[in-house]
Amino acid sequence: MSRILEEIQKRILVLDGAMGTMLQRYNFTEEDFRGKRFKEYHLPLKGNNDLLSITQPQAIKEVHHNYFEAGADIVETNTFSGTTIAMADYDMEDLVYELNYQSARLAKEVAQEFTKKNPEQPRFVAGSIGPTNKTASLSPDVNRPEYRAVSFEELRIAYKEQVKALIEGGVDVVLVETIFDTLNAKAALFTIEEVKEELQIDIPVMVSGTITDASGRTLSGQTVEAFLISIAHIDLLSVGFNCALGAEQLKPYLQRLSRATDINISAHPNAGLPNAFGEYDQSPKEMQQLIESYLKDGLINIIGGCCGTTPDHIKAIVDIAKKYKPRTINSKAGILDEDA
Amino acid sequence: MISENRYLKLSGLEPLVVTPQSNFINVGERTNVTGSRRFLRLIKEDKFGEALEVARHQVEGGAQIIDVNMDEGMIDGKAAMVQFLNLIASEPEIAKLPIMIDSSKWEIIEAGLQVVQGKSVVNSISLKEGEEEFLRQATLIKRYGAAVIVMAFDEIGQADTYERRVEICERSYGLLVDGINFPPEDIIFDPNIFPVATGMEEHRKNAVDFFKATKWIREHLPHVNVSGGVSNVSFSFRGNNTVREAMHSAFLYHAIQHGMTMGIVNPAMLEVYDEIPKDLLEHVEDVLLDRRDDATERLLDFAETVKGIKKESSVKAQEWRNDTLQERLTHALVKGIDAFIIEDVEEARQSVEKPIEVIENHLMNGMNVVGDLFGSGKMFLPQVVKSARVMKKAVAYLQPYIEKEKDSAKPSNGKILMATVKGDVHDIGKNIVSVVLGCNNYEIIDLGVMVPPEKILEVAKKEQVDVIGLSGLITPSLDEMVYLASEMQKQELTTPLLIGGATTSRAHTAVKIAPKYQNTVVHVNDASRAVTVVGSLLQENNTAYKEEIREEYDAFRTQFLNRGKQKEYISIEEARKRSYKIDWQVAEIKKPNNIGIHVIEDLDISILKDYIDWSPFFRSWDLHGRYPNILSDELVGKQATELFNDAKELLDQIIEEKLLKAKAVFGLFPANAIDDDIEVISNNGEKSKFLTLRQQLKKREGKPNYALADFIAPKETGLQDYIGCFCVSAGFGTDEIAKKYEDESDDYNSIMVKALADRLAEAYAEYLHEEVRIKHWGYAENENLSNEELIKENYKGIRPAPGYPACPDHLEKKTIWKLLDVESTIGVKLTESLAMWPAASVSGYYFANAESKYFGLGKITEDQLKEYTKRRDISESEARKWLSPNLATNQ
Repeated sequence: MSRILEEIQKRILVLDGAMGTMLQRYNFTEEDFRGKRFKEYHLPLKGNNDLLSITQPQAIKEVHHNYFEAGADIVETNTFSGTTIAMADYDMEDLVYELNYQSARLAKEVAQEFTKKNPEQPRFVAGSIGPTNKTASLSPDVNRPEYRAVSFEELRIAYKEQVKALIEGGVDVVLVETIFDTLNAKAALFTIEEVKEELQIDIPVMVSGTITDASGRTLSGQTVEAFLISIAHIDLLSVGFNCALGAEQLKPYLQRLSRATDINISAHPNAGLPNAFGEYDQSPKEMQQLIESYLKDGLINIIGGCCGTTPDHIKAIVDIAKKYKPRTINSKAGILDEDA
Repeated sequence: MISENRYLKLSGLEPLVVTPQSNFINVGERTNVTGSRRFLRLIKEDKFGEALEVARHQVEGGAQIIDVNMDEGMIDGKAAMVQFLNLIASEPEIAKLPIMIDSSKWEIIEAGLQVVQGKSVVNSISLKEGEEEFLRQATLIKRYGAAVIVMAFDEIGQADTYERRVEICERSYGLLVDGINFPPEDIIFDPNIFPVATGMEEHRKNAVDFFKATKWIREHLPHVNVSGGVSNVSFSFRGNNTVREAMHSAFLYHAIQHGMTMGIVNPAMLEVYDEIPKDLLEHVEDVLLDRRDDATERLLDFAETVKGIKKESSVKAQEWRNDTLQERLTHALVKGIDAFIIEDVEEARQSVEKPIEVIENHLMNGMNVVGDLFGSGKMFLPQVVKSARVMKKAVAYLQPYIEKEKDSAKPSNGKILMATVKGDVHDIGKNIVSVVLGCNNYEIIDLGVMVPPEKILEVAKKEQVDVIGLSGLITPSLDEMVYLASEMQKQELTTPLLIGGATTSRAHTAVKIAPKYQNTVVHVNDASRAVTVVGSLLQENNTAYKEEIREEYDAFRTQFLNRGKQKEYISIEEARKRSYKIDWQVAEIKKPNNIGIHVIEDLDISILKDYIDWSPFFRSWDLHGRYPNILSDELVGKQATELFNDAKELLDQIIEEKLLKAKAVFGLFPANAIDDDIEVISNNGEKSKFLTLRQQLKKREGKPNYALADFIAPKETGLQDYIGCFCVSAGFGTDEIAKKYEDESDDYNSIMVKALADRLAEAYAEYLHEEVRIKHWGYAENENLSNEELIKENYKGIRPAPGYPACPDHLEKKTIWKLLDVESTIGVKLTESLAMWPAASVSGYYFANAESKYFGLGKITEDQLKEYTKRRDISESEARKWLSPNLATNQ
């Protein structure tokens, strides 16, 4: 049995915070993004954060390090856009395997260092699988509602390369996240099952959807319950929501999810809602308080942060998560007894 | 864990959980080509929009799952399944339900599974092809995240007895649940519903065995559901709906008692169990439950006695004629039916004291319904114009009676002056807005086209109009509008000013027109908005509304001006250095086969039919979408189809009766570029010059700054190059026909004929260009393009038109007119604003070089303007006037 399956029974696991927010702090230039290897590359590369795993591996390791240092149990690989579909923007489809493999290795190395230092708290790596930049069940062209910019088959092939590379690079879990179109996620899950069968392995799978607005639905229009039903056909380590909303706005949907399933529940909300300049300004303290209200209600098994969150946020979340028991089915979690 | 409660959970956009407390789950079955002849026809004829309506009706009718089946030899089932499911996904009202993907072909099922985001149901798989295939399919279904219907069918055949049903279902369950860990709650058994009362002894127990097997399955195979196609049971009573409906209800009643949880049922073919007449019910249940040896004969005999009781007749179409007078009038107005309007109006007239009351009450009541429906998006523009046609007919009929009474008409909601400004001849949009406002009981004073500003002001004052509406299509009209606004200010008018027409924009209105006039100026670009805007402007407390508009436009202007300043331009000199450079040493230059000027006096319009690009035609009626997809559009498809049929009918009439005349003149000449000019040598050796303008926007390194002159070999290369120019018109006769329709109070067809003439002119330009490419110039002799490819401009070479983005300078038309002697050869004239008359005309140049392409000039700066003034040999103020929309300094 994978070690993470044991740990999740014992305590609330903390996932890391934003990768992008941290990378912004380095103020990498076009040149930095290119590194030596892509010095002569024919397209601008600034903004291709996934590429930094190859051109600025130290920075990526540093971010992982900082999150583990803050107390996170799981870090996500720097592979949110690591599919041939998303990488097509940079003409880098051929690099997809390497990007994912390298990213997985980097994160795993840092995780192993931390586990070695403190075997009592084993650290894990989740292979981040983003939604790609296309929707399989929505038409981008209002005049052609029957049109689709990407097919299930194209997604399946694209995800396959990513999933294989992540697993072979050593991730402990795969995390299908920021799901705005459930059909994209279903293609990813389909692929994961295929790869599991081909490699004759089992690997825990986390799924995390995105509620895009106050309507309480995914971008592709599903309610929380419909989303859950649509992805629950394979064994999942956890199901939850991330991104788009802050901790406060996300809560009612976590409550609905919790009522509807006995799968472990995860949440990694943004640091509040973006301000007029698109920045997130919720402080670690504020976020901590909101998260505490999740924990009081016993909603959570895995908790972390998405856009705008930093190691300080994660530290605050780690501090509060220690005080609570994880969600159990049909039981109300509460403050741990002093002697428990 | 909640493992005790393993319920079937499905989803579309919303969840469907089948618990023991759930009522029977209804599966909608009309979207099935094998079960519905109508649906099959719609799919065959590619009428997916209407097919979608069928699905919507099912939702409205209470279906909880939508069954979709495309198994028909004549259609591409896989493609049809994918397209239909994709369309459903775009309709939240339908997509909220889970889908049942119904096919006997695995490839269709799999294609369907790949396009639904929710958890659907596969209908169906079975052991028919053996265990291996059964398990392979089930594994994939699980991986795709769907539930499955398992038919009681195995290698031997379909289960038709109680024992066989039990045997196959038990075996299937074991293979799925124990074999591949298939969740038992995701299994739905279909133990086969077969007809009863067929007269065959072995069919006597068909229903009873189904009931018994269902009961066994529910008791012995945990968590599964049972489903079936109910209409099969009554197969032998086809044609006798009374019996069939009773049979379905009674069957369902008993099946549910035995544990059937869901089924494919046509709700329209279902009688309420309690309402089945007792004697009929007894006979039916005798058969279903196999209670008597002679049950079948007794039911057959009894069926004869109830056969004639038909519920509905097909004369429903005319049923509305039995409604009250007001309902009939409203119906006629809403549906645009003029067949009975005169007799209904006459009846109304006789019922009132003064004939004017018919207009004020009966007709306005109806038109108010039309207005409400239009306002809420439930009616579309072509329908409203049809309603107006009926209304006008009614009013025309009443007019003589009203005159006789010397009755002064009830004051309208307000007087609106409409005009197409000086120098412009385009009036389709203006006419549509006039009609729609007219429908809303505004009095319209339509001054027509090419109306000088003095006249507009004079009439506005004399008639004391409440609103002035200006329209225009060509760019010089924008200046006319600015001028009129400043004149209104000078003469201290306070009338609100509406601005509309293809070339107008909110930006231009806010930045250029609004500052000239202290009172209200509003940009209105579609007819439905015109009604709301005019309504708000003419309400009593309109100060707030007017201020709101003013503030909105002020804010928009500030924002716009701030943005405009951020663009960077380079000098014309620098831009010329960055011109697009064709390698003339290798470029292929083809000498035209027929140099000189050619006139086509009278073209057979039927040739043009295939060259029509219909999309802009729909746009002119405020129906947005691309042809032919628009015909099946969920929202406007029905209207678009109707409009399209009317258009084709009128077009056929135009062709048959030769109502319009199409003419063309074009010339192909030796030419060379000298800087940004193109020097043309005409027939008699005389030289003329086309002046092209060059882009000056600062672009990324390596991106050229285009001018049309770049596509012609420069003189210094020493190579002889060529250019063409043309004018076509399909508008001769338009005004006469339009007038005739207007006299008949038929604005619909009046607008229609103008819109068609426009399309024909564009089609002619397309056709002529092809003729030139293939024959007269002959540089693309082997070209063979479909109309679609023509519309997408897949051909080699371009035909830019003066007044359009690549060469916004309308003055170029004068050069073309001179070169081709357009006015005396084919009679197309230029107005003072250089609009072409007849309006349905197109003129432009031909460039043959393979590298020539369309571009937008964008803004130019003062240096090019100064140079242009010299090249054109006109005053700077005149140059400024003609090029004003393109001057960066004007932003």
